[in-house]
Amino acid sequence: MPRPSRVQFFATCLVDVFSPSVGLAAVAVLERLGVGVDVVPDQTCCGQPAFNGGFVEEAAAMARHTIDVLSRSPDPVVVPSGSCADMIAGRYPEIFDGDAVYGPKARALAERTYEFCQFLADVLGAGLPAAASGPALAYHASCHGLRGLGLRAQPRAVLRAVAGGRCRDLPDAEVCCGFGGVFAVKMGPLSGAMLESKLDAVEASGADFVVATDLSCLMHIGGGLRRRGSRAAARHIAEVVADAFAEDRRE
Amino acid sequence: MSDAARAFHQRIDAALADRALGDALALTTGRLAGGRAAAMAAFADAEAARDEARRIRAAAIARLDQLLERFEREATARGCRVHWAETAADATRIVTAIAQEARVTLAVKSKSMVSEEIELNAALERSGVRVVETDLGEFVVQIAGDRPSHIITPIIHRSRHDVARLFREKANAAPEDVADIPAMTAFARRTLRAEFLQAGMGISGANVAVAETGTVCLVTNEGNGRLTTTLPRVHVALVGIERIVPSAADLAAVLSLLARSATGQALSVYTSLISGPRRAGAGPGPAKGGEPDGPDDVHVVFVDNGRSRLLGGPLAEILYCIRCGACLNVCPVYQKVGGHAYGGVYPGPVGSVVMPGLLGLEAWSELAQASSLCGACREACPVRIDLPRLLLEVRRQAAAKRLAPRWLRVAMPVYAAVARRPRLYRSAVAAAGLLGRMVAKGGWIRWLPGPLGAWTASRDFPAPATRSFLQQHRLRKEAAR
Ligand code: SF4
Repeated sequence: MPRPSRVQFFATCLVDVFSPSVGLAAVAVLERLGVGVDVVPDQTCCGQPAFNGGFVEEAAAMARHTIDVLSRSPDPVVVPSGSCADMIAGRYPEIFDGDAVYGPKARALAERTYEFCQFLADVLGAGLPAAASGPALAYHASCHGLRGLGLRAQPRAVLRAVAGGRCRDLPDAEVCCGFGGVFAVKMGPLSGAMLESKLDAVEASGADFVVATDLSCLMHIGGGLRRRGSRAAARHIAEVVADAFAEDRRE
Repeated sequence: MSDAARAFHQRIDAALADRALGDALALTTGRLAGGRAAAMAAFADAEAARDEARRIRAAAIARLDQLLERFEREATARGCRVHWAETAADATRIVTAIAQEARVTLAVKSKSMVSEEIELNAALERSGVRVVETDLGEFVVQIAGDRPSHIITPIIHRSRHDVARLFREKANAAPEDVADIPAMTAFARRTLRAEFLQAGMGISGANVAVAETGTVCLVTNEGNGRLTTTLPRVHVALVGIERIVPSAADLAAVLSLLARSATGQALSVYTSLISGPRRAGAGPGPAKGGEPDGPDDVHVVFVDNGRSRLLGGPLAEILYCIRCGACLNVCPVYQKVGGHAYGGVYPGPVGSVVMPGLLGLEAWSELAQASSLCGACREACPVRIDLPRLLLEVRRQAAAKRLAPRWLRVAMPVYAAVARRPRLYRSAVAAAGLLGRMVAKGGWIRWLPGPLGAWTASRDFPAPATRSFLQQHRLRKEAAR
C-alpha cells in the first residue's frame, strides 16, 4: 500500500482510561514520521471484554459502534494494542459474517486496521531514530498480536531500530503473562500464578523495563512488579519509540 | 457460581498450592513441548503435513456415518465383531457381556482414554472381572488408586520417588526393585508378564481406525499394546466414533504427526495394525495358511457418548482431535495446575471443549473459563484445531444459559450500553478518573472491593488517569489551534 498521509488513531479504552501517555506517545511518533493523525472523539471500546466473556450480543453492539465511528473516513486505522487490533481485524469479520450491512463494513475496516508496530514496520518502513543509550529493555510478546495477527517480527524490528542492543527478548518471551482480560479477575489465583512466572523472567532478565505492544499485559505485569517492589517496571512500545525520538531531538 | 464451578476453583487453588506438582509439571511439560518443537522443526514438510492431516480429519468427520459403515463391513468380513455404544453405560454393558460370554476373570488393558471416559474398570470389577493396567503409567495410576492427569503421560503429576514409594507400599516391591528407573521398569515388567500370560481378555483403545480395511491402529512405546492385543483369547478395542480415517494413506498422514506432537518421536516404538482375529487358514500352522498368534475373537466397540451431538454444530471441529496431548503441554494453564484440577477425563484446552461438549455445559462449561486465550494450543495442534475459538463458543453457550457469574451478567450489558454512547462513555471515564485520584497512591491501587479484589490479591491495579487520553488529546489540539 502507498504511504498514507493520514491515519485514524483508535486509542483503545484501556489507554484512554489508564495510560493516556501511551496514546500521546503513539500519536507523537506517527506525526514525527510525517503522518497526520485523526483521533475520532466518539471512539470507545472495541468490545473485546464482552466477546471474550461469551457475551456476543453485547460485543456485537460495541463492534457496530466502533465500525461506524471508524468508517466515516477511509483512512487506515492504527491501534496501540495487538489484541484490540486483532479483535477489529480478526474477530469483527467473523462476528458479522453473513450480515448484509456490517459484514462488508467489517471486512473493509479489517483490511485497513494495523497494530502500531505493524504499521511502523510494514507500512511506513524505515525512519525510526536509534537511541543507543538508555535503559535496558526486555521484550514480552503479547499473545493476540503474536498468534492472532502473526506479529512475530514487527515489534522486534521496531525495538531493534530504536534500542538496538539495549533490548532483548525476555526468557520465554512468547509465553502468556496470564492477563487474559476478564480471566485476570475471574480466574484470579491462576492468572496470578502465571504472572509470577513472567515476573521471575523479568527480574532474571535484569532489564529496567519490560516492553510490550499491549497495555493490558503491561498493566498486569507492571502491577505485579509494583506489588513485588521490583526495580523493573513496564513500558509500552509506543513510549519506547517516542523516547528515541526525544533523545534524537536532544542530540 | 454453580457447585461444579466452585469445586473447579477449589481444585485450581489446591493445585496451585502444591509445589511438588508445579515442579513435576514444569519439568515434564517443558520436555514434551520442547520435544515436539524440535521434532516438528526437523520434519521437512511439517506445515504441509498439518494442512493435509487437518483436511483428512475434516473430511472424515464430514462423512463419519459412511466411514463407520464401511469399517463395520470390512471388519466383519475379516472376522471382527463390531458393536455400537450410544452411551457410556451401553459401552460398559457391551464389554461386560463379552467378558461374561467368554468366561473371563482377568483382563489386561493397554492405555485407553475412552475406557476412562466410560469408567470401564469399575464396571468390570463389579461383574467379577479383575482388570490390570499394563501401560506403565496407568499401572502406577491403578496401584495408587489415582486417575490419569494427562492423556498421553498419565502420571505426569508424580515424581519417580513417588512411584518408588508406591511400588514399595502397594505392590510388594523389594528395596532393590526401586533402586533406579530401570529396576522399577523391570519390576513392573515382571509383575505384568505373569498377568499377561493368565488373562483371558485384552482391552485396548485405538489411536486411529481405518475404514477401508476395518483396521484398528494402536501406537505404544512399551510393547504392552502388542501383548494385550495378541496374547489373550479375546481382544476388545474401544474406539471413539470420531477416530476414523478412510484409508491406510490417511493413517500414515495422521501417524506422521501423532508421535511428533505427543512426545517428539518421529514414530512411536510400536505401531500395531489389527485387522481381525487370528486366521485359521486351511489347517493349523503357517504351512497351511493358519496364523500361529493372535486372539480367537476381536471385538471393536464404537463409543458415541455425546460425540454425534457435536456433528454439524459449532463445536464439531473438536472431533478432528487425534489426542496427541500437545495442547496440554504448551498450555500455560495446564502447566500450572495439571490435569486433575480440570476434574474430568480430558484436561487442558482439548478437555475444556470436549468435556462440556460431551457431558453438558452445566457441569463442565467453567473449564472453558480457565484460559487466557493465548493461542499456544492452536499453534501446537497438529490438525490446527482453533481451540480458542471453540473455548469462546463454550463461553458463549454458557453465557446464553446464564451460567456466567452474576457480576459479569450485570456488568457486560451495562458496559456495552455505555460504550455505545460516546458522551456517556466520556462522563464515565471522567468519573473513573476522579475516583482514581481519591484512592490511588503513586498511580496505583493496592486494594479493590468485590470481584476486582481478585486482581488486587496478586498485583496492584493502575489508577485511572485524572484526564483521559481523549480529553488530553482534544486539549492539545485546541491549544495548538
Ligand atoms: S486438540 Fe489438537 S493438540 Fe490437543 S490433543 Fe487434540 S490434536 Fe492434540
